[in-house]
Amino acid sequence: MPMSCGLISPSDVPKGANMDMTQQRQRNRQKRIVVQAVLLVLAIMVIFGAVSSARANLEELGLSSGFGFLERSTGWSYSFSLIERSIDDTYARTLTIGIMNTVFLGLISIILSTVLGFAIGTARDARGLGVNAAATVFVQVFRNIPLILQLVFWYAVLIHLPGPRQAITMFDVAFLSNRGLMIPALNLSLMAGALVLAVAVAMPFLMRWLTAWSASQRLKAWFVTVPVLLLLATVATRPEGAPLVTAPQLQGLRFVGGTIVSIELVAMILGIVLYGSAYIAEVVRGGLQEVPKGLVEAGKAVGLNSKDIWFRIKLPMALRTIIPPLGNQWIFIMKATTIGVAIGFSDLFMLISTSITQSGQTLELIGILMAVFLGINYSIAQLVNWLNARLQLKAH
Amino acid sequence: MAVSEFANGTGSGAALTRKTWISRVGITLRKRVFASPDMAGLNIALLLVLLWIVWKMIDWAFVGAVWGADQAAECKNATGACWSVIAARHRLILFGLYPYEEHWRSTLACGAIIATVALSCLPAMWSGKRLAALWVSGFAAYFLLMEGSLLGLTQVTTDQWGGLSLTLFLFASVVLLGMPMGLGLALARRSDLPVVRGAASLLVDFIRSLPLLTTLFTAAVVVPILLPSWLQGDKIWRVIIAFALFFACYQAEVFRGGFQAIPKGQFEAGKALGLSRLQVLGRIVLPQVFRHSLPGTINMVVVTFKETAIVIIIGFFDILASANAAFGTGEWAPYYMEVYAFVGLIYWSFIFSLGQYGEYLKRRMAVAKH
Repeated sequence: MPMSCGLISPSDVPKGANMDMTQQRQRNRQKRIVVQAVLLVLAIMVIFGAVSSARANLEELGLSSGFGFLERSTGWSYSFSLIERSIDDTYARTLTIGIMNTVFLGLISIILSTVLGFAIGTARDARGLGVNAAATVFVQVFRNIPLILQLVFWYAVLIHLPGPRQAITMFDVAFLSNRGLMIPALNLSLMAGALVLAVAVAMPFLMRWLTAWSASQRLKAWFVTVPVLLLLATVATRPEGAPLVTAPQLQGLRFVGGTIVSIELVAMILGIVLYGSAYIAEVVRGGLQEVPKGLVEAGKAVGLNSKDIWFRIKLPMALRTIIPPLGNQWIFIMKATTIGVAIGFSDLFMLISTSITQSGQTLELIGILMAVFLGINYSIAQLVNWLNARLQLKAH
Repeated sequence: MAVSEFANGTGSGAALTRKTWISRVGITLRKRVFASPDMAGLNIALLLVLLWIVWKMIDWAFVGAVWGADQAAECKNATGACWSVIAARHRLILFGLYPYEEHWRSTLACGAIIATVALSCLPAMWSGKRLAALWVSGFAAYFLLMEGSLLGLTQVTTDQWGGLSLTLFLFASVVLLGMPMGLGLALARRSDLPVVRGAASLLVDFIRSLPLLTTLFTAAVVVPILLPSWLQGDKIWRVIIAFALFFACYQAEVFRGGFQAIPKGQFEAGKALGLSRLQVLGRIVLPQVFRHSLPGTINMVVVTFKETAIVIIIGFFDILASANAAFGTGEWAPYYMEVYAFVGLIYWSFIFSLGQYGEYLKRRMAVAKH
């Protein structure tokens, strides 16, 4: 074993032991400066080499560099967008749609995985045999198979579903067929929807600034205000005489009304949420197990019921250990959206790689892709740090 | 709680010796299912759902399954799985486009990698030198068998490698290359030279905030533009190096945790004994760092094995791509479920067993600490 170390021979004694201390220090400093300077020069040389060979390689291919191509129109189409799109769109608009799709898919997946993950993690920590077994099976199945395999599996299952006429229905409200998931929708214009969303996001901050309400009061106010606003916005902006909610209905060979979620998006959300929630469940279980037993017993002793013990003792205590790894999972989920390209979901990565094949502006487009992901993940990290700091302060 | 247990006789010494497995099952059920009517209802319902799912799967995979059909048409009337697709296509799934007569080499090569991973789990192998020797020889065995020309066999170039053997090749080379790179990065992050420390931190944080796919795609598509043609090399090696860099950046964080667990006094004690910095590192610090970071390392290895599946996107014929090819052609097209189940089971058994082993080690080390 390398642990054992032999006797020290005289030659191991530092050479400069009898040298003047200041002289040695100065020599060390000089050595450090030289080493670092050499490294810097080497790095600069590598960068210069890369730039010059890139220039030579691009010239050979007859490509010009720069971001001018962003103004050109693309001339190709793709599967999914939240806003109107056409093949005449510029590269700038197409890439913006890609960023929106990635953020949209990422946020939905993060929210759903977190909710499901907390439920399953709690079940993993529960005493009940059935609850525990079900959660364990869920985690061991979905965590131990590569995400991309799960994704192509769900996609294959979805495209093999029957057509709209034999669609699988849930209470005649939602329909699942090989064309996608048809669900009822509010008759809301996109602008009005975005406005309500903006208010919903800004409200917590406004309430903290303007009011002295407690957290639960603010939560209640939020859950009352947002639906009311949604309703008002729908009443105000729906087309003349149209109903508030449109439900999908089969007319001939296709569905009319409601909104359609494409199978690519359904497969992405299904795949990422099952995988992500299995991971988050383990994080949550770890956090719940760290809560000292004495606290739970103290809760029981003062007569709290199991719901109160969970919400007022276990969860707040566990959150301190849960938040940092949970943040890592959120970042992981954001990054996982890139595999949408495997089933043709037009996330940012897919649109970037299509743009590269179509325009040849490889370096610029990869630069944009990296910058966007650095930005998104930095924001998530900041949010997690903020949450963490708040919880740490409150706990003691 | 304690009172009721006592009343049931489980607390008394005489009852303990006479406790049969039936009474133990009874106690478990009483505590974990029938503690209250609500709990009993929920748990029994969930157990029934689980049993129903298990029954459905047995029904599909065994009861209604067709095993020996030569033609896909014979599976038409089956109510369950059509495993004949695996019988017909397992060579493609496992070995990809590797020449048919040479499949024995591919099998042996896969065996070498699996044996390397299995042997690494034995505590007797846990020293830096032994692990390095094991992995280098396992990888060399794989490469010599697969490539062949050095052993006097027919040469098979890397572009013909595929299926499970390609997946295992990517996995082994990423771990083998990434481990020393990760240690290097971890040491660089602890360096007292600001330039080295800064560069290493920048690289680690940068790679860690990008999706793996972006890193691999950059290696496959962008790097050829940045390098002169004589430095570009094969796409597969560029991707492996990029993947290893990704592994190294995460592994460096795992090692960093290991370094932090070592008290500062040990460095100082080594210095006071007159050991050189390399001796302190190699003989005192690193053996402990490896020990502390073992659970994290196993986790990283498992994650890496899972993530290799992503290379299908940048155009490699790994096990997932060969699975798609296996049912992609005409007659077997309806039986995609069987093929995905087969591949899923291969992945699952590797990942699950390694994961359980990691959990076991973590528990063992936690006990050792107290």
